[in-house]
Formats: sequence, C-alpha cells, structure tokens
Amino acid sequence: MTRVFPDLVGAEVPRDRAKRLLAGRGCFVEDISPPRTVHVAFVRSPYPHARIREIVSGAAATAVGVIQVLTASDLEYVVAPWRATHDRFPEMRAPEQIALASDVVRYQGEPIVAVIGTTRTLAEDACELVEIEWEELPQIGDVAAALSPGAPRVHETLDDNLFFETSIASGDAEVALAEADLVVERTFRFHRHTGVSLETRGILADYDPTEQRLTVHQSHQTPHQQQDLYARLLDLPEHKVRVICPDVGGAFGLKHHLYADELVACAAAVLLGRPVKYIADRFESFQSDIHCRDHEVHARMGFTSAGEITGLVIEDRFHAGAYGQYPRSSVAEGNQIIRLTGAPYRLGAYRADLKMAFLNRGILGHIRAVGHPIAATVGEALIDLGARELRSDPIELRRLNYLKDADFPLTSAGGVVFEKLSFDACLNAALSKVDVASFRNEQSELKARGVFRGIGFNTFVELTAIGPEYYGEGGQHISAQETCLLRMEASGQVRAYVGTTDQGQGIDTGIQQVVAAGLGIPLDDVEVISGDSVLSPMGGGSWGSRGAALGGETAWNASQKLRSNLLAMAGFLLQKEPGELDVHEGRVTNPSTGATHMSVSEIARTGHFRPYTFPDDLPTDLTVTARYASRGRLFLAGNGIQVSIVDVDLATGLVQPIRHLVVHDCGRILNPLLVREQIRGGVVQGIGSALYEELYYSEHGGLLTGSLADYLVPMAPEMPDIEVAHVETLTKTSELGAKGAGEAGLAGAVGAILNAVNDALVPTGAILTEVPLSPPRILKAIEKARRP
Amino acid sequence: MTPEPQSHVPISLKVNGELVTAELPVRLNLVDFLRGDLGLTGTHIGCEHGICGACTVLVDGRLTRGCLMLAVQANSTNVETIEGADASGRLMVLQHAFHRSNAIQCGFCTPAMLLSAAELLRVNPRPTRDEIRDWISGNLCRCTGYQAIVDAIIEAAA
Repeated sequence: MTRVFPDLVGAEVPRDRAKRLLAGRGCFVEDISPPRTVHVAFVRSPYPHARIREIVSGAAATAVGVIQVLTASDLEYVVAPWRATHDRFPEMRAPEQIALASDVVRYQGEPIVAVIGTTRTLAEDACELVEIEWEELPQIGDVAAALSPGAPRVHETLDDNLFFETSIASGDAEVALAEADLVVERTFRFHRHTGVSLETRGILADYDPTEQRLTVHQSHQTPHQQQDLYARLLDLPEHKVRVICPDVGGAFGLKHHLYADELVACAAAVLLGRPVKYIADRFESFQSDIHCRDHEVHARMGFTSAGEITGLVIEDRFHAGAYGQYPRSSVAEGNQIIRLTGAPYRLGAYRADLKMAFLNRGILGHIRAVGHPIAATVGEALIDLGARELRSDPIELRRLNYLKDADFPLTSAGGVVFEKLSFDACLNAALSKVDVASFRNEQSELKARGVFRGIGFNTFVELTAIGPEYYGEGGQHISAQETCLLRMEASGQVRAYVGTTDQGQGIDTGIQQVVAAGLGIPLDDVEVISGDSVLSPMGGGSWGSRGAALGGETAWNASQKLRSNLLAMAGFLLQKEPGELDVHEGRVTNPSTGATHMSVSEIARTGHFRPYTFPDDLPTDLTVTARYASRGRLFLAGNGIQVSIVDVDLATGLVQPIRHLVVHDCGRILNPLLVREQIRGGVVQGIGSALYEELYYSEHGGLLTGSLADYLVPMAPEMPDIEVAHVETLTKTSELGAKGAGEAGLAGAVGAILNAVNDALVPTGAILTEVPLSPPRILKAIEKARRP
Repeated sequence: MTPEPQSHVPISLKVNGELVTAELPVRLNLVDFLRGDLGLTGTHIGCEHGICGACTVLVDGRLTRGCLMLAVQANSTNVETIEGADASGRLMVLQHAFHRSNAIQCGFCTPAMLLSAAELLRVNPRPTRDEIRDWISGNLCRCTGYQAIVDAIIEAAA
C-alpha cells in the first residue's frame, strides 16, 4: 500500500535561507576574515608542458607584505601526495599528484609557487617577482595525437598516454547493424566547458598547533569528504579537523573535488599557525576549475525498414586532462555515456567502447549532469536522422522504440537497472502542450517569410542518488549513506542536523518539510543545520542529485523515530495506547475526533526537566538519529523529455531559443517551487552548452577564454521562458519514493536544441553534430551543404 | 612640471548615508574598499572585469560596477549598497516577490540583481517581460533559469 504523506511533503514552500541572502546578509567564505588572516596568491604555469629548471624567489620573499614563499620542497613533509585511483577500474592509470609542481608542469595553470602576504594585492605583486627558468616540452592537446604511436608522453613514468579504456556489449551489435535495412552514422563533437559558479572557489584555513586543530571554511559541496582528505593528507587527527561550508555561491559539481591550491592554503595554515585565505580569481577559475565534456563520439544506429532499432554502436574518445580528478577519479563521464546512450529504447544489440587519454590540459571530471547531455544528444540525434532517412515521423519513431511500461524493471543494454521509467507518459504530456501539427504549419509559413524555425525533442534518462557500492567498492572515502540527527528542544521545536548541503537548490527546505510533516509539527518549528562536519553526522554532501532521495529519506526515518518516542511518552502521560494518538500541528490529538490532548512542547518539557515521570523502559529520547543507505542499486534512474523551438538566422548563424518545455519524472517531489526553478537553471546551463560555452586553446596549448568576456554564459535576454511539467513515478526502494532532479535540465537541453537547429536547417540540407552551435559552425555547415 | 605620482589619496564620501573618510591606495577598486575596508560584504565579486554584475552598487543614484571604478573616483559621491537599500526598506516589495517566486538560489547575484531591478522599476514602473530581461542583461545568474527573477519583478511591479 502506498503511504499517504501529509500535504507539507510536496508543498510549494519558499526557502527560509533566501530571506537572509535577499537582505545582503549572506555569509560566503570571502566574507569571513578572522584576526591575523593572511592571503595566498599563486605563481602558475604559463606552459601546458614544461620542465622547471630553477625557481628564483628571493626578491618575492623579501617584498613588502610578504610573510612566506612556499615551493614544493617546503611542503614535502607537510602534505602527502595522492593518486586518483578507483578500485572498480583497477586498470585506470593514476599517477602521483603533489600540491605544488616540483620538476615538470603538465597543464597551464598548475600551481608552482605560493606567496603568502598580508593582503592578496601584495601577495600578487610579489608573485611577479618570482622568476622561473623553463625548458618547454612538447605539449599534447588532442586525444587522437595523444594516442598515436610514438606520441610525446604526458607522464614520463608511463609508457604511453592511455588513461583508461573499457567496452560493454549486449548481443552482437555488428551483426545487428549488418542486417539492418538502414544504418545512420555520425561523429559528434562536444567541446570543453566548465561550471562557472558565480562565486569562485575559496577557502579559509586556520590552524591551532596547541590542539592540532584545523578549521576550514570552504566554498564546497562535501564537508565530510574534505575533513577526511585534509586529515589524511596533512596527517592530522580527523576529529580535530572541521570543515564548514557556509553560504556557497553556486557549485554545479566543480566544488566537490580536492584542488591543489586549496590544499596548499591548508598546509600554509599548518606551517604558519594562523588563518590563510585563498579566493580564486576568475582567470584562475577558468584555468584550474574542473573542466568537463570534450568528447568525440562516433555512433552508428541500425533500423529495420519499419523503423525498429536493431542495434547501436558507439565509440567515445575522451580524456582526463593531465591527471584524474581526486578523490572521485575521472572515468565517470565516459562511463555514463557508454551506459546511457540510447537508454530510452529497445536497442536490440549494443556495443560501446570508451578510450581516454592523458593530455597537457587542466583536469577534466565531474560537472553537473556528468555525461548525460552527451549520451542523450547522440541517441536522440540518431533517432531524428533515422526518421529523416526512413521518411517517418520522429515522434512516432521514438514511441515505436521506447522501452514500454511492461518492460520494467530491467537491466538496460548499458547495464543500468531501471526500476520504472515513464517515456510514453512524458512524451504524451509534452504533446498535450506542444501541438506539433500546427507547429509544422507555422514553420512552413515562416519559411516563406525567410524565418527558419525548428523543433527538437530529446528523451533522456537521468541517473541520480548514487548508492554506496560505487565509491565503496572504488575504495574512496565518499559517503553515499546519510544520517540525520533530530534534537527536540524543551519548546517542542526541532533542530535537524544533516549531511547534505545546500548551495541554493533548497534541500534544507525540502528536509525541513519532511521533518515537520513526519513529526506533525509546524514548518517554522524546524530548522535544518547543514554544511558543518562537526555539527552534522557523517554524510555525503550534495552532488549527483542525492539530496531529496537520500537526505529526504533519512530525515523521514529520523522523524518517525522521534514521533514514535513522542507518542510513547504522550501515551504514558495520557494513559492511552500510542495507536490511539496522533501528532498534528504540534499537538497530540485524537485521530478520529481531532480533539487536542496536549501539546508537543508539554511532552518535550516533561522529557527534559522531569524525566523521572517516565518509567525506565519507555523510549524517551528527544534526540534521535536515523540512517539511510540504499543497498544493491547503483542509481535511482529518472527520466524526462525536453522540447525546444528555435529560430536560426541563416545570415548570421545565430540561434534564438523561442520556446522550451521540460516534462520530468523524479518520483515524489518534495517542493515543486524549488524543483521547477532548479530544472530551469539546468536548462539554461544546457542552452549555454548547446550554443555558447566553450574553452578555446591556442595551438600552443594556451587558454584563450580566460574571462567572462571570452567565455560566454547565458544571460537573461537570450533565454526563453521554460515550461516545466511533471510525471510522478515513485521509486519503491524508499518510503518517500523521491528520485533526484538536479541533472535533468542540463541532461536534456543540449540535444533538444541541436535537434531543433537541425530541424530548422532542413531546407538548407545542413546537419550539425558539433556543439556548441556557434554562428561560424552553423554558417560553415550551411555553406558546405550548398557546395557539397 | 609633472606632479609626483601619489600612491595614496584622501577621500571623503557618503556610504549608505554615513560620512566616510579614508586615505586609500589609488589602485584600490571601489568594491574592494566597500567590502574590505568598510565590511559591506553584501556586495559580491564575481569576475572583476565588468561582465557578471555581482558587484553592482549605486553611485550618486547610478547603477555602477564596483569592480570597474576606483575607490578614489568615488570621492565626494553618495554610494548605496545592498545593506543601505535593505535598511531603507525600499526593496521590501521586490525582496518579498523574489522570496515567494524562488527567484534566488545560491544568492550570490541577488543583492546586485535587486538593486538593478529596483532601478528598472524606478524608471519603468510597468516593464514587460522582454524589457526586464533586457534590463538585467548585465547581471549573471548561474543558478536560476532567470524566469523566476522575471516573474518576481513583474509581481513587484503589479
């Protein structure tokens, strides 16, 4: 039987924390300045690959305001090196990484010298006095060159530049393609971009040598993970390391890693015994934040003449940059692509190969919607191309091949367990909002007036709420379990301490709703406390769309434990069975009449101040913890569809999104107000990926897009209004039935835009398979189609 | 005769209605002065090159990028930051609308976004959605889809 939850679960409640931020009372890392704070600035490598012959830093060390200059040798006995291993992928190569480069730099922006000054300005001034004698080494900037025989090596200790390769297969895909009536084949290119949180990365580390106590304020998603890393890498007792994530100004996955520069700030605090602050500037962010995408995917999809998919083969060529990211390693984006491409469909046979290289580029890894946009775009572009060749309706071709309700549960061709997905329901919901027949009429009328409008559909699968087996088996110290501590005060009001963190998604509010609903007390009587490795029980933070599904479920479990104690205590005081009582709006009531027996605060007061009232064997704890860890499932899969309508200007190559629709299924929604705008935010980032965002490098490996004037992010005028609708297929693996929602917007937008642009360009004959769809690429494709 | 270059210059200005005097390095940006010297941390720094708009403040009533103006250029001006605008109560309708519409996620762009929105409503009390989108084109929000922000400004204008 499905449990009926109180209305508060699913209510459109605005966020408490927003009030403070709206008043300019936010507290971000840079806003915190304890006495004696000093500042770090870094000398970074201008070269993508070079040997450091000599560092001359005497003039910097004696410059005005400089406290200390640190190089690799100063940190040798302070910071341990690390390797980004993952035991599920034992063949993945994980060369040693150190906090400051000592002999060879392998990417532009790699930190070499840390200058600590009384102000950031003076530290930067002194950086300019550091002289480094270089020997440039040949740099490798693309995957094909890196993997070709005899290529110069990124790591001298390795015999080639192969980072990782793997392959998965289901059936014989080559035979399936050979027997197909039609095979569509394309190479897709997805260029490199990054997260661009508006608040850059930042850290304030303070160390008290008398107690071996390291206190870190950091703009980060995972305080407990950082506590563990700093304790191990700096050889400190873990219970003396505290990591606090205050207000965090956007994260999007780029803030759940270890960064060498941030570790140096901690090491400097240990060496100096005083607070050390490091705030990345925007140029440093573009150079040194984790990057993502940068894939070339060759794909072939076979169809019968009736339109049934017979098989799919993909080959993903990708790279890690110069090292794997730590502690998660860098395989996941490629791994998601080979597991998710074509995932909404009955594929027949399937094979996917992944090959990753090392390059002399910044580290590539996990940013929001890891791999998802690429997997969805490749599959959905091939469906559209197949429909074109078969002269069939792309919507009907999707419907024909979708996994059906009766197919679930199943293990997909890519090896992912799908409990139950809702492709047809989402498509039907989309078609109830978008009248495709009248769009086609409008499209041809517009074309007659020289306006090229197109529509694109993109069905996607979203992997959320990762289970503990992935990193547990991987050997990383990354928590996928959650624990929630509820503490009822004598007033009957409750503090909830959680391991998830809130960077603006609003998970604190979602948990507040769950706890209030679960206990039967008013929403305002619950406060959620997150983002502090001392206050909160061990948890995983927020990434990979885990907050509602894991943090929410944990909070629900805790609320039921506390509620059960409250009912037992009330039952004793009232001389009634707990089953004869309910808790509602902070009152203990008679469930059939609604009459009030007593208030929750009365129970709490008695429990705290007159505990002798209760017999010893009665559960009277008013502070409870509960834990939730999933078992035997790697992900909770959600799904959805996006529809994009765009205009393409054939003269300029500019694309203008006109309309955008998302139908999404993330199971139970804790708070639709928050989920809607989170999805819209993801869509806008996806439109950015599809149209604007790209990190360009010169042929010498120098970053050409180091500012927001060069790296274009979506601003309000170019963005359309975005309609969001929901289908709710609850997961049965938890009581709440919630899945994640954070990846969906970005996962689906890129392919929807690409397919819409290609639809608009049908009259020109141009077909694009490279994103971002910049004006030059569009104009070139049109030109090429004109003169084949 | 060319005067000797000066590293520091005395300035006097009003910030949120209070008189402030200081002797400042000439290269100090206005936003660094407001945040670092005056502790007005509600104004944020996102790019330091005039694109993201997070450092927007009002100088003599004009929306100004705090990262593109030197502090010494603010001599003899009236500067208003989010702290002053909030205390005055003049943002209250917008703040409520932003809260109700969830026109805010991480909150880093929000103080500047509110100051920009308030200025729009001063010069154009009934803006269209397109006019709003155009007006806030200099304020980067990386979290929301901008739509809730547009909704909130429409609601505040109603």
